[in-house]
Amino acid sequence: MTKLTHLAAFALMAVATLAAPARAELTIRLTDGVIEPMPVAIPTFIDEGGAGDIAASLSRVVAANLVGTGLFREIGAEAYISQVGSFDAPIAYADWQAINAQALIVGAASAQGDQIVVKFRVFDVFSGAQLGDGLQFAAPAASWRRMAHKVSDAVYSRITGEGPYFDSRVVFVAESGPKNERLKRLAVMDQDGANVQYLTDSSSIVLAPRFSPDGSRILFTSYQSGFPQIYVMDVATLQTRSLGQQEGTMTFAPRFSPDGQRVAFALERGGNSDIYTLDLNSGQLSQLTNSPSIETAPSFSPDGSQIVFESDRTGTQQIYVMPASGGEGVRISNGQGRYGTPVWSPRGDMIAFTKQNQGRFHIGVMLTDGTEERLLTSSFLDEGPTWAPNGRVLMFTRESAGAEGQAQLFAVDVAGLSLRPVPTEGPASDPSWSPLLP
Amino acid sequence: MNITTKLLILVAAIGLAACKNPDRYGAGANGALGAGAGAGLGNASDPSSAAYFNQSIGDRVLFLVDTSTLSDAGRSILMGQAQWLNANPTYAVIIEGHADEQGTREYNLSLGAKRAAAVQDFLISQGVAAPRMRTISYGKERPLEVCSDEACYAQNRRAVTVLQLGGGV
Repeated sequence: MTKLTHLAAFALMAVATLAAPARAELTIRLTDGVIEPMPVAIPTFIDEGGAGDIAASLSRVVAANLVGTGLFREIGAEAYISQVGSFDAPIAYADWQAINAQALIVGAASAQGDQIVVKFRVFDVFSGAQLGDGLQFAAPAASWRRMAHKVSDAVYSRITGEGPYFDSRVVFVAESGPKNERLKRLAVMDQDGANVQYLTDSSSIVLAPRFSPDGSRILFTSYQSGFPQIYVMDVATLQTRSLGQQEGTMTFAPRFSPDGQRVAFALERGGNSDIYTLDLNSGQLSQLTNSPSIETAPSFSPDGSQIVFESDRTGTQQIYVMPASGGEGVRISNGQGRYGTPVWSPRGDMIAFTKQNQGRFHIGVMLTDGTEERLLTSSFLDEGPTWAPNGRVLMFTRESAGAEGQAQLFAVDVAGLSLRPVPTEGPASDPSWSPLLP
Repeated sequence: MNITTKLLILVAAIGLAACKNPDRYGAGANGALGAGAGAGLGNASDPSSAAYFNQSIGDRVLFLVDTSTLSDAGRSILMGQAQWLNANPTYAVIIEGHADEQGTREYNLSLGAKRAAAVQDFLISQGVAAPRMRTISYGKERPLEVCSDEACYAQNRRAVTVLQLGGGV
């Protein structure tokens, strides 16, 4: 857990280099429904002294991040006509144009005391110009992957115009054992599957962890008392406490408010589930829905003013939006089938959901008024989307069918492109994306 | 309808060491023939034994897709359970509600809870004292059968009455 304590020490500085204005040619818009990934050359970062293997590893992680988005295609080093001999050497644009590299990323790393310093520049090959300023990051050597994610974020943001998301973590449920005796434990990892850390043992069923808005706490549901109830864990210390429970009730499906001060969740009493909020400071409990139907899976809008949730009050699961203080709610899902697990995008523009229709499960997105529904995936069982910090990529659980069926994490972008598995050591479910690390 | 109740905030910090508490009702959730840990099931030919309850009366009722309505067959089993429980007051019960895998995790937790509550309500209507019963939902977390066909799903959409020694929870 010391990984997270490195954050405060993380330094980020722009170096004054050959500043150049961004050129319109080298851009990708996620909304374009990109067909052809942009060819990019990422020569092995240069070791300027003491960086050793880290220099090469940095460039590999940057390449993996960019290619993983589906927006970029890496041109292999065997195709290079010219090599990048030093960080400040002039770029032989014609040589890169000849192999059709549209973007060129040049980087270097060096050891300075106990820190590794990484610097990089992005070049628009066909315009023959640098794209934006060069940047430099410094961090302890143990945090080298974070520097690779920072570099990736800077390149991704410059070329796509979207917010960064690579320098983030994901909390999830690591699964093992047979389907009828599944063992589950909480785990956290970098968004690309590296640096896994297990947060609980598997002695109790744990479900659906959710990060706090600042990434310092995790809400989850556990059967450790014998009955399902919500707990909150401090990520740095692993200190865990119950949110409190009344006899004979079940609490589940928790999510933080955007200010981290409240928790919205479902409380079941006498077989009926309704949505409540708990003020973490005062302990005040508020009931937001009061209906004999199933109300669950609340998620706050980023401004905290509204809550999206699911209800089967019409007979099937559908998605509703209500004020954060409670109320009837307005139904926003209107297509065929059942809609559940709504999650408000951190950008506020969309709601992601799970849809069941005609025996298939889908992850989809819609605008917050329910219009422009778009299904991004289809499988035997997809469920539980979580948003990347930039609101442009979703991670979710995909479970395969049958006695040997297993859960796996997948990611997809909001255009429905670049569907890909997220590597984990074993079966995994219920991802929740952290905010961008500080 | 705000602030109907105040929740007790348990400030006691529960460290990892305290998480070792095993899932007490796991045996029942896995479909094993219930009765509290350490308590023998007894001889199935003895009408006051847990084995008799589980095998001859039937410890579970099944549900149709996405419903918590008791079937006639289910009511018949539950009437038998109620008679037995009324005749054997030393037992308490945990009623487990389960769902098949065709549903989202959190919805299925609610659905399992509705199924368990339907059984509890029926047993209360048959004279079983409410304090002897507790309910728990496992949603789709503990299927009995593991195939992804209706044959298995039908067995997984269940509420199981798990006997616990020591009446009055």
